[in-house]
Amino acid sequence: MSRKLELIVAAIFLIFAAQFLYMSSTTDAEYGGADGEAEEVIMEVTEGKYEPVAEPFWEPPSGEIECLLFGLQAAFGSGIIFYFLGYYRGKNQAT
Amino acid sequence: MEGFLPTPWLLLWFAISIPVLAYGIYKLDRLVSKKREILPLLAVAGAFVFVLSSLKLPSVNGSCSHPTGTGMAAIIFGPAISAVLGTIVLLFQALFLAHGGLTTLGANVFSMGIAGPVVAYLIYKAGMKAKLNFFLVVFLAATLGDWTTYVVTSLELALAFSGSTAEFLILFEKFATVFAVTQVPIAIMEGAVTALLFKYVINVKSDILVELKVVEAAVVNKIKGVSL
Repeated sequence: MSRKLELIVAAIFLIFAAQFLYMSSTTDAEYGGADGEAEEVIMEVTEGKYEPVAEPFWEPPSGEIECLLFGLQAAFGSGIIFYFLGYYRGKNQAT
Repeated sequence: MEGFLPTPWLLLWFAISIPVLAYGIYKLDRLVSKKREILPLLAVAGAFVFVLSSLKLPSVNGSCSHPTGTGMAAIIFGPAISAVLGTIVLLFQALFLAHGGLTTLGANVFSMGIAGPVVAYLIYKAGMKAKLNFFLVVFLAATLGDWTTYVVTSLELALAFSGSTAEFLILFEKFATVFAVTQVPIAIMEGAVTALLFKYVINVKSDILVELKVVEAAVVNKIKGVSL
Protein backbone atom coordinates (compact mmCIF):
# COMPACT_ATOMS: atom_id res chain seq x y z
CA MET A 1 0.00 0.00 0.00
CA SER A 2 1.44 3.33 -1.03
CA ARG A 3 1.75 6.09 1.54
CA LYS A 4 1.24 9.03 -0.81
CA LEU A 5 -1.80 10.43 0.98
CA GLU A 6 -0.09 10.10 4.38
CA LEU A 7 2.85 12.10 3.04
CA ILE A 8 0.57 14.84 1.71
CA VAL A 9 -1.29 15.06 5.03
CA ALA A 10 2.00 15.08 6.95
CA ALA A 11 3.24 17.93 4.72
CA ILE A 12 0.07 19.94 5.40
CA PHE A 13 0.49 19.24 9.11
CA LEU A 14 4.15 20.37 9.06
CA ILE A 15 3.31 23.62 7.28
CA PHE A 16 0.60 24.20 9.89
CA ALA A 17 3.00 23.49 12.76
CA ALA A 18 5.81 25.62 11.26
CA GLN A 19 3.42 28.52 10.77
CA PHE A 20 2.36 28.22 14.42
CA LEU A 21 5.94 28.06 15.69
CA TYR A 22 6.92 31.07 13.62
CA MET A 23 3.85 33.11 14.60
CA SER A 24 4.00 32.29 18.27
CA SER A 25 7.67 33.17 18.55
CA THR A 26 7.60 36.37 16.48
CA THR A 27 4.33 37.95 17.66
CA ASP A 28 2.69 38.34 21.03
CA ALA A 29 -0.51 36.66 19.81
CA GLU A 30 -2.56 35.33 22.71
CA TYR A 31 -4.13 32.30 21.04
CA GLY A 32 -7.39 32.84 22.86
CA GLY A 33 -10.63 31.27 21.66
CA ALA A 34 -12.47 32.78 18.70
CA ASP A 35 -15.69 32.51 20.74
CA GLY A 36 -14.30 34.85 23.37
CA GLU A 37 -13.25 37.32 20.69
CA ALA A 38 -16.72 37.27 19.16
CA GLU A 39 -18.16 38.02 22.61
CA GLU A 40 -15.81 41.01 22.79
CA VAL A 41 -17.07 42.21 19.39
CA ILE A 42 -20.65 41.96 20.68
CA MET A 43 -19.74 43.95 23.78
CA GLU A 44 -17.99 46.53 21.60
CA VAL A 45 -20.86 47.04 19.14
CA THR A 46 -23.49 47.21 21.88
CA GLU A 47 -21.24 49.56 23.86
CA GLY A 48 -21.12 47.13 26.73
CA LYS A 49 -24.89 47.19 27.14
CA TYR A 50 -25.56 43.64 26.03
CA GLU A 51 -26.50 41.30 28.80
CA PRO A 52 -26.20 37.60 28.00
CA VAL A 53 -29.63 35.99 28.17
CA ALA A 54 -28.22 33.02 30.07
CA GLU A 55 -25.13 31.81 31.89
CA PRO A 56 -23.66 28.31 31.62
CA PHE A 57 -25.16 26.49 34.60
CA TRP A 58 -21.94 24.58 35.15
CA GLU A 59 -18.44 25.58 34.18
CA PRO A 60 -15.24 23.56 34.52
CA PRO A 61 -13.73 25.02 37.73
CA SER A 62 -10.31 25.56 36.12
CA GLY A 63 -8.44 25.52 32.83
CA GLU A 64 -6.89 22.20 33.86
CA ILE A 65 -10.27 20.56 34.36
CA GLU A 66 -11.45 21.95 31.04
CA CYS A 67 -8.37 20.44 29.34
CA LEU A 68 -9.09 17.14 31.05
CA LEU A 69 -12.65 17.05 29.74
CA PHE A 70 -11.64 18.03 26.20
CA GLY A 71 -8.87 15.43 26.37
CA LEU A 72 -11.31 12.75 27.47
CA GLN A 73 -13.65 13.71 24.65
CA ALA A 74 -10.85 13.24 22.10
CA ALA A 75 -9.60 10.01 23.71
CA PHE A 76 -13.06 8.49 23.83
CA GLY A 77 -13.75 9.41 20.20
CA SER A 78 -10.46 8.10 18.85
CA GLY A 79 -10.92 4.91 20.87
CA ILE A 80 -14.14 4.23 18.99
CA ILE A 81 -12.67 5.08 15.58
CA PHE A 82 -9.62 2.85 15.92
CA TYR A 83 -11.50 0.01 17.62
CA PHE A 84 -13.68 -0.38 14.55
CA LEU A 85 -10.87 0.15 12.02
CA GLY A 86 -8.91 -2.58 13.81
CA TYR A 87 -11.96 -4.80 14.10
CA TYR A 88 -12.61 -4.68 10.35
CA ARG A 89 -8.94 -5.13 9.52
CA GLY A 90 -8.75 -8.24 11.68
CA LYS A 91 -11.95 -9.58 10.19
CA ASN A 92 -10.65 -9.07 6.64
CA GLN A 93 -7.44 -10.92 7.47
CA ALA A 94 -9.32 -13.80 9.06
CA THR A 95 -11.30 -14.51 5.89
CA MET B 1 -21.11 31.45 23.70
CA GLU B 2 -23.94 30.74 26.11
CA GLY B 3 -26.39 33.63 26.30
CA PHE B 4 -24.82 35.60 23.46
CA LEU B 5 -27.78 35.32 21.14
CA PRO B 6 -30.83 37.39 22.09
CA THR B 7 -34.46 36.42 21.59
CA PRO B 8 -36.14 36.21 19.11
CA TRP B 9 -33.05 35.08 17.18
CA LEU B 10 -32.25 32.13 19.38
CA LEU B 11 -35.82 30.90 18.96
CA LEU B 12 -35.68 31.32 15.19
CA TRP B 13 -32.66 29.00 14.94
CA PHE B 14 -34.34 26.43 17.15
CA ALA B 15 -37.42 26.64 14.92
CA ILE B 16 -35.30 25.96 11.84
CA SER B 17 -33.11 23.26 13.40
CA ILE B 18 -35.73 21.18 15.21
CA PRO B 19 -37.62 20.02 12.07
CA VAL B 20 -34.34 19.04 10.38
CA LEU B 21 -33.29 17.22 13.52
CA ALA B 22 -36.64 15.39 13.68
CA TYR B 23 -36.24 14.36 10.04
CA GLY B 24 -32.68 13.23 10.79
CA ILE B 25 -33.83 11.06 13.69
CA TYR B 26 -36.54 9.54 11.49
CA LYS B 27 -34.01 8.82 8.72
CA LEU B 28 -31.50 7.41 11.18
CA ASP B 29 -34.09 5.15 12.75
CA ARG B 30 -35.15 3.80 9.36
CA LEU B 31 -31.59 3.26 8.20
CA VAL B 32 -30.50 1.49 11.37
CA SER B 33 -33.53 -0.82 11.49
CA LYS B 34 -33.03 -1.72 7.83
CA LYS B 35 -29.24 -2.07 7.85
CA ARG B 36 -27.82 -2.91 11.24
CA GLU B 37 -24.36 -3.43 9.74
CA ILE B 38 -23.94 0.34 9.35
CA LEU B 39 -23.85 0.88 13.14
CA PRO B 40 -20.03 0.69 13.47
CA LEU B 41 -19.62 3.17 10.61
CA LEU B 42 -22.16 5.47 12.23
CA ALA B 43 -20.21 5.25 15.49
CA VAL B 44 -16.98 6.09 13.66
CA ALA B 45 -18.56 9.11 11.94
CA GLY B 46 -20.00 10.33 15.26
CA ALA B 47 -16.73 9.71 17.09
CA PHE B 48 -14.89 11.70 14.41
CA VAL B 49 -17.10 14.72 15.17
CA PHE B 50 -16.35 14.12 18.85
CA VAL B 51 -12.60 14.08 18.37
CA LEU B 52 -12.28 16.96 15.95
CA SER B 53 -14.58 19.33 17.81
CA SER B 54 -12.55 18.81 20.99
CA LEU B 55 -9.31 20.01 19.39
CA LYS B 56 -8.83 23.74 19.67
CA LEU B 57 -6.16 24.55 17.14
CA PRO B 58 -4.06 27.70 16.80
CA SER B 59 -4.57 29.71 13.64
CA VAL B 60 -2.59 32.21 11.56
CA ASN B 61 -4.21 35.22 13.17
CA GLY B 62 -3.20 34.31 16.71
CA SER B 63 -6.47 32.89 17.98
CA CYS B 64 -7.79 29.38 18.41
CA SER B 65 -10.80 27.55 17.07
CA HIS B 66 -11.80 23.96 16.55
CA PRO B 67 -12.70 21.92 13.47
CA THR B 68 -16.16 20.36 13.20
CA GLY B 69 -15.54 16.83 11.91
CA THR B 70 -18.95 16.68 10.28
CA GLY B 71 -17.65 16.13 6.73
CA MET B 72 -17.40 12.37 7.06
CA ALA B 73 -20.92 11.97 8.43
CA ALA B 74 -22.29 14.30 5.74
CA ILE B 75 -20.62 12.36 2.92
CA ILE B 76 -21.68 8.92 4.16
CA PHE B 77 -25.06 9.56 5.78
CA GLY B 78 -26.21 12.92 4.39
CA PRO B 79 -26.90 16.23 6.14
CA ALA B 80 -29.98 15.21 8.18
CA ILE B 81 -28.23 12.38 10.04
CA SER B 82 -25.16 14.62 10.43
CA ALA B 83 -27.41 17.11 12.21
CA VAL B 84 -28.29 14.42 14.77
CA LEU B 85 -24.63 13.51 15.36
CA GLY B 86 -23.64 17.19 15.56
CA THR B 87 -26.37 17.88 18.10
CA ILE B 88 -25.15 15.10 20.39
CA VAL B 89 -21.65 16.59 20.42
CA LEU B 90 -22.90 20.16 20.83
CA LEU B 91 -25.11 19.10 23.72
CA PHE B 92 -22.20 17.31 25.38
CA GLN B 93 -19.98 20.38 25.08
CA ALA B 94 -22.71 22.74 26.29
CA LEU B 95 -23.45 20.60 29.35
CA PHE B 96 -19.98 19.56 30.47
CA LEU B 97 -17.59 22.13 29.05
CA ALA B 98 -19.55 25.41 29.15
CA HIS B 99 -18.73 25.53 25.45
CA GLY B 100 -21.26 26.49 22.79
CA GLY B 101 -24.27 26.90 25.05
CA LEU B 102 -27.84 25.68 25.43
CA THR B 103 -29.65 28.89 24.46
CA THR B 104 -27.42 29.06 21.38
CA LEU B 105 -27.85 25.35 20.64
CA GLY B 106 -30.38 25.93 17.84
CA ALA B 107 -28.02 28.33 16.06
CA ASN B 108 -25.04 26.02 16.58
CA VAL B 109 -26.95 22.99 15.32
CA PHE B 110 -27.87 25.01 12.25
CA SER B 111 -24.30 26.12 11.48
CA MET B 112 -22.40 22.97 12.45
CA GLY B 113 -25.01 20.24 12.05
CA ILE B 114 -26.93 21.49 9.02
CA ALA B 115 -25.27 24.25 6.95
CA GLY B 116 -21.75 22.78 6.99
CA PRO B 117 -22.90 19.21 6.20
CA VAL B 118 -25.24 20.43 3.40
CA VAL B 119 -22.32 22.19 1.70
CA ALA B 120 -19.99 19.21 2.27
CA TYR B 121 -22.62 16.82 0.86
CA LEU B 122 -23.31 18.94 -2.23
CA ILE B 123 -19.62 19.44 -2.99
CA TYR B 124 -19.00 15.72 -2.57
CA LYS B 125 -21.82 14.77 -4.92
CA ALA B 126 -20.79 17.37 -7.51
CA GLY B 127 -17.12 16.38 -7.31
CA MET B 128 -17.85 12.67 -7.72
CA LYS B 129 -20.16 13.40 -10.63
CA ALA B 130 -17.33 15.36 -12.26
CA LYS B 131 -15.17 12.25 -11.71
CA LEU B 132 -12.47 14.09 -9.81
CA ASN B 133 -10.02 12.18 -7.60
CA PHE B 134 -11.95 10.70 -4.68
CA PHE B 135 -9.61 11.95 -1.96
CA LEU B 136 -9.45 15.43 -3.47
CA VAL B 137 -13.26 15.58 -3.46
CA VAL B 138 -13.41 14.44 0.19
CA PHE B 139 -10.80 17.03 1.09
CA LEU B 140 -12.71 19.83 -0.64
CA ALA B 141 -16.06 18.76 0.81
CA ALA B 142 -14.78 18.54 4.39
CA THR B 143 -12.73 21.73 4.16
CA LEU B 144 -15.53 23.86 2.71
CA GLY B 145 -18.12 22.26 4.99
CA ASP B 146 -16.04 23.23 8.02
CA TRP B 147 -15.53 26.73 6.69
CA THR B 148 -19.24 27.15 5.91
CA THR B 149 -20.05 26.38 9.54
CA TYR B 150 -18.05 29.40 10.67
CA VAL B 151 -19.27 31.70 7.90
CA VAL B 152 -22.82 30.83 8.95
CA THR B 153 -21.96 31.42 12.62
CA SER B 154 -20.76 34.90 11.61
CA LEU B 155 -24.02 35.45 9.70
CA GLU B 156 -26.12 34.35 12.66
CA LEU B 157 -24.38 36.80 14.98
CA ALA B 158 -24.38 39.67 12.47
CA LEU B 159 -28.13 39.20 11.88
CA ALA B 160 -28.86 39.18 15.61
CA PHE B 161 -26.92 42.32 16.43
CA SER B 162 -27.66 44.61 13.48
CA GLY B 163 -30.59 46.95 12.95
CA SER B 164 -30.09 47.75 9.26
CA THR B 165 -28.52 46.28 6.14
CA ALA B 166 -25.54 48.64 6.34
CA GLU B 167 -24.96 47.67 9.96
CA PHE B 168 -25.34 44.02 9.05
CA LEU B 169 -22.54 44.23 6.48
CA ILE B 170 -20.16 45.93 8.91
CA LEU B 171 -20.96 43.42 11.65
CA PHE B 172 -20.69 40.43 9.34
CA GLU B 173 -17.22 41.60 8.37
CA LYS B 174 -16.27 41.87 12.05
CA PHE B 175 -17.55 38.43 13.00
CA ALA B 176 -16.17 36.86 9.83
CA THR B 177 -12.76 38.30 10.71
CA VAL B 178 -12.98 36.49 14.04
CA PHE B 179 -14.49 33.21 12.83
CA ALA B 180 -14.06 32.68 9.09
CA VAL B 181 -10.50 33.95 8.83
CA THR B 182 -9.34 31.97 11.87
CA GLN B 183 -10.95 28.90 10.38
CA VAL B 184 -9.11 28.81 7.03
CA PRO B 185 -6.01 26.80 8.08
CA ILE B 186 -8.07 24.73 10.52
CA ALA B 187 -10.56 23.83 7.80
CA ILE B 188 -7.69 22.72 5.54
CA MET B 189 -6.36 20.47 8.32
CA GLU B 190 -9.82 19.03 8.81
CA GLY B 191 -10.13 18.29 5.09
CA ALA B 192 -6.76 16.51 5.05
CA VAL B 193 -7.51 14.37 8.10
CA THR B 194 -10.98 13.49 6.78
CA ALA B 195 -9.47 12.33 3.46
CA LEU B 196 -7.01 10.16 5.39
CA LEU B 197 -9.74 8.56 7.49
CA PHE B 198 -11.69 7.80 4.30
CA LYS B 199 -8.66 6.04 2.92
CA TYR B 200 -8.63 3.69 5.91
CA VAL B 201 -12.38 3.10 5.83
CA ILE B 202 -12.21 2.24 2.11
CA ASN B 203 -9.32 -0.10 2.82
CA VAL B 204 -11.09 -2.13 5.46
CA LYS B 205 -14.80 -1.78 4.75
CA SER B 206 -15.51 -0.45 1.26
CA ASP B 207 -18.53 -2.75 0.73
CA ILE B 208 -20.72 -0.71 3.11
CA LEU B 209 -19.84 2.52 1.30
CA VAL B 210 -20.77 0.91 -2.02
CA GLU B 211 -24.00 -0.44 -0.53
CA LEU B 212 -24.93 2.98 0.85
CA LYS B 213 -24.20 4.37 -2.66
CA VAL B 214 -21.52 6.69 -1.27
CA VAL B 215 -18.99 5.51 -3.83
CA GLU B 216 -19.32 3.36 -6.92
CA ALA B 217 -17.61 -0.02 -6.96
CA ALA B 218 -15.53 1.16 -9.93
CA VAL B 219 -14.12 4.03 -7.87
CA VAL B 220 -13.24 1.68 -5.00
CA ASN B 221 -11.49 -0.72 -7.39
CA LYS B 222 -9.55 2.13 -8.89
CA ILE B 223 -8.45 3.37 -5.44
CA LYS B 224 -7.46 -0.12 -4.34
CA GLY B 225 -5.74 -0.80 -7.66
CA VAL B 226 -3.66 2.33 -7.45
CA SER B 227 -3.51 1.80 -3.66
CA LEU B 228 -2.68 5.42 -2.92
